[in-house]
This record gives sequence, structure tokens and C-alpha cells, in this order.
Amino acid sequence: MTTALAAAPPRHPHDDLLRTERIPHIWCSGCGIGIVFGSLMAAITKSGLARQDVAVVSGIGCTGRMAGYIRLDSFHTTHGRAIPFATGLKLARPQGKVIVASGDGDLLAIGGNHFIHAARRNMDLTVICVNNFNYGMTGGQLAPSTPFGAKTTTTPQGNPDEPFNFCALAAACGASYVARWTALHIRRLTNTILEAINHKGFSFVEIVAPCPTAFGRRNKIRGALDLLKFYYDRSVVKNHLAPGEATIDFDHNLVVGKFVEFDRPTFLDHYQMVNRGEVEAWPATGVDASAAGQRKAG
Amino acid sequence: MKYWRQPLDRDEIQVIRGQVEVIKDRCKGCGFCIAYCSRGLLVMSRKFNRKGYHYPEAAQPELCVNCHFCEVICPEFAIFSSQADAAGQQPPVGE
Ligand SMILES: Cc1ncc(C[n+]2csc(CCOP(=O)(O)OP(=O)(O)O)c2C)c(N)n1
Ligand code: SF4
Ligand code: SF4
Ligand code: SF4
Ligand SMILES: [Mg+2]
Repeated sequence: MTTALAAAPPRHPHDDLLRTERIPHIWCSGCGIGIVFGSLMAAITKSGLARQDVAVVSGIGCTGRMAGYIRLDSFHTTHGRAIPFATGLKLARPQGKVIVASGDGDLLAIGGNHFIHAARRNMDLTVICVNNFNYGMTGGQLAPSTPFGAKTTTTPQGNPDEPFNFCALAAACGASYVARWTALHIRRLTNTILEAINHKGFSFVEIVAPCPTAFGRRNKIRGALDLLKFYYDRSVVKNHLAPGEATIDFDHNLVVGKFVEFDRPTFLDHYQMVNRGEVEAWPATGVDASAAGQRKAG
Repeated sequence: MKYWRQPLDRDEIQVIRGQVEVIKDRCKGCGFCIAYCSRGLLVMSRKFNRKGYHYPEAAQPELCVNCHFCEVICPEFAIFSSQADAAGQQPPVGE
């Protein structure tokens, strides 16, 4: 018999899913990524899925570190390429759930085209985007999400550009599940991530989250708690609002909620139909040669 | 908080009693759990952990209702709650 040298630290409920040997993680004190990561782990646990049937793929960035902290099959890809990697993984193992977790810069700046086309094809992926309005990891440069007028290292006088509305973009491209919350809507976020995991098709969940170190500091909202509250206090829940109207307006109209949820065939469904010869020749109405040229142009 | 009347079934209702635990050396002192504890029972310790951060302590542990909010808000997985005992206690309303 051996006697315990020191009392073992208590076990956190997420310790099963955490690579505890890497904790504490690198995220700054009060960074919102940790809250979102906790929500993701809670949703994975709630889903009841077998551990070998879930994979997490990230790109580069502070958010991208999630893949390295979760004790599941996970891959930390190159910058912007999380969706292409996840697409390959999904097509090779269609029975598994593939979750992409990455930052606004990774998914929608350098990775923007992959995002657009995965949504268009309704690729069966769950994409979790932590939107902290800048490139946190590299010190706070302008991102496609940076609010008009906000200061970053590359826009010291204020951002002269209009930002993207990621939810509107995802919906316009064909995503079949689209939602947004702030990092303080924790319980709703967890339920949404669970729904997104269970949804068949391209699911997109955006989380407005504090980056106190790079973004808050330059915009005079220094405290992490202040930034967390700042987003939450300006939020309004408007489920099923047309995504184009779901603005991120910091003047008390930061719209959150579930905006899109419908079923349509995924990329794999269509691909298999084509390969089985189940898709009619295009165009479906056929071409009537005798009618050609009869209708006046213009 | 003082209420002008007590709920009529106050003596019958049992509230779950929780126990909050802090994994001190994971904490980065952000204060989220303290600000949002639904019973306001956490305070920042004056002591430091191994990384030099102050961490939360339960000033009134008996008030914990095992709501898990500190647990879900903590970005460091450094605090969590569990049920203390099955017996429960009377609702803390009106005190
Ligand atoms: C090809 C390439 N270009 C640029 C970089 C530098 N880089 C690293 S992270 C990053 C941006 C990350 O921003 P975001 O995805 O918003 O993540 P955050 O850190 O904000 O969570 C950039 C530009 C890189 N690693 N690789
Ligand atoms: S730089 Fe910003 S996004 Fe990165 S860990 Fe720090 S607070 Fe989080
Ligand atoms: S479980 Fe709820 S009541 Fe107990 S310490 Fe945490 S937030 Fe406070
Ligand atoms: S929320 Fe977590 S990291 Fe922040 S003070 Fe509480 S225990 Fe520490
Ligand atoms: Mg970012």
C-alpha cells in the first residue's frame, strides 16, 4: 500500500474530453474561446455519440487550438484549410460526425472560398466559428468581421470597411442550419451546437466572443468581463429572422438566435444519386430542336 | 433581498444543495464565475495560485444550489459544482 503524497486535484466534468496534460491552455485570461470550447464539449457529451465517431478539425489561430485540446480524433490543419480537410474526412468516413471549430479569420478570410462552396454543396459538416472581430493570435489585425470604425493594429485610425455578416453569407450560400449567439448565451449555445451536430447538412454556428487582449484593449473595452457583458447587453434574440436582417449592430441590435433550419440533400446524397444514374439528363425538359430559333431574342 | 411576503409552500419545497470545487492551478482569475454565480457566494481569494493568479473561493459554500453556472462560464475548466446531499434544504427565498 502506498500513501497518497498530495491530495489529487478534483476532476472536472470535462476532464474525460480534455487533453488534461495540456491544461492550462494558452488562451488569455477571460478569452471567450474557452467558454465556447466548454459548450462544444458539453454538446458532444450530450449527443451520446461514440467517441470514435466524432472528429474535430481546426485551422490556425487562437480558436484553432481547440483541436489540440480535445481528446478525440482531431486535426489542426494549415491556415484556412479546416473545411477542405474536414470534407475529405467526412467523405472517407461518412458515418462519423465532423466538427470544424475555428476563428473568423481562418474560416472567412483566408478560408472564405472553402466556406462558400461547402455551404453551397450542403457538405455535412458542423462549423463552429468563434467571431472575436480580429486575428487574435497574430496580435489583432483587421478581419473580415471587424466592425466599421473599430481599431485594429492594421487600422489604427479605425476600420474603413463594412464587415461581412457571416450568418447572412452562410445562408445565401446554401447552409441548411445557421445560428448565432454570444459567448454568454451559454446554455442556448450548447443546445444549438447539439442541434447543429445532429443536423444533416452544412450547419453554421457563429459565436460573438471576447478577445480582451487584442481587440478589447485597442477599442477601450479593456476588461474581459466588460467585453463579455458589452456583447450580451446589446443582443436581442430573434429566432427565424431572415438572416440578411440579422445584423451585428452594437447599438442594441446585435441579433442572435437560430435563423435557418431546413432539410435538403447533402453533397454526398447528390453524388451518390448521380453515380447510381438516378439523376435525369440535364435539362430535365429535354431540348426541342424544332422550337429552336422560333422565340425572338430580346 | 427582502420580500414583502413568503411563498405559501416555502416549508415544503426542498432546494438542491450543491458543493462547488475550484481547481486552483487552472484558474486565470478572470472573475467570470464570481460575477455570474447565481447565489453570489464566490469571492476572489487574496492568495495566488502557482501561475500567480488570484482564484475564487466560496465565501458562503452552504448557499450553493448546484446550478452549474460557474462551471459552464469558466473558460479554464477550473470550477464545477456537484450535488452536496440528497436531503436538501429550505429555499433561500426572502433571506
Ligand atoms: C498561410 C498563413 N498565413 C498567415 C498566417 C498567420 N496567421 C496565424 S493565425 C492568423 C489569423 C487568425 O485569426 P482567427 O482565425 O480570427 O483566429 P483567432 O486567433 O482570432 O481566434 C494568421 C493570419 C499563417 N499561420 N499561415
Ligand atoms: S489573443 Fe485574443 S483570441 Fe487569442 S487567446 Fe488572447 S484573448 Fe483569446
Ligand atoms: S453552482 Fe451555481 S450557486 Fe453554486 S457556486 Fe456555481 S454558480 Fe454559484
Ligand atoms: S471563471 Fe474560472 S478562470 Fe475565471 S476566475 Fe472563475 S475559476 Fe478562475
Ligand atoms: Mg478571430
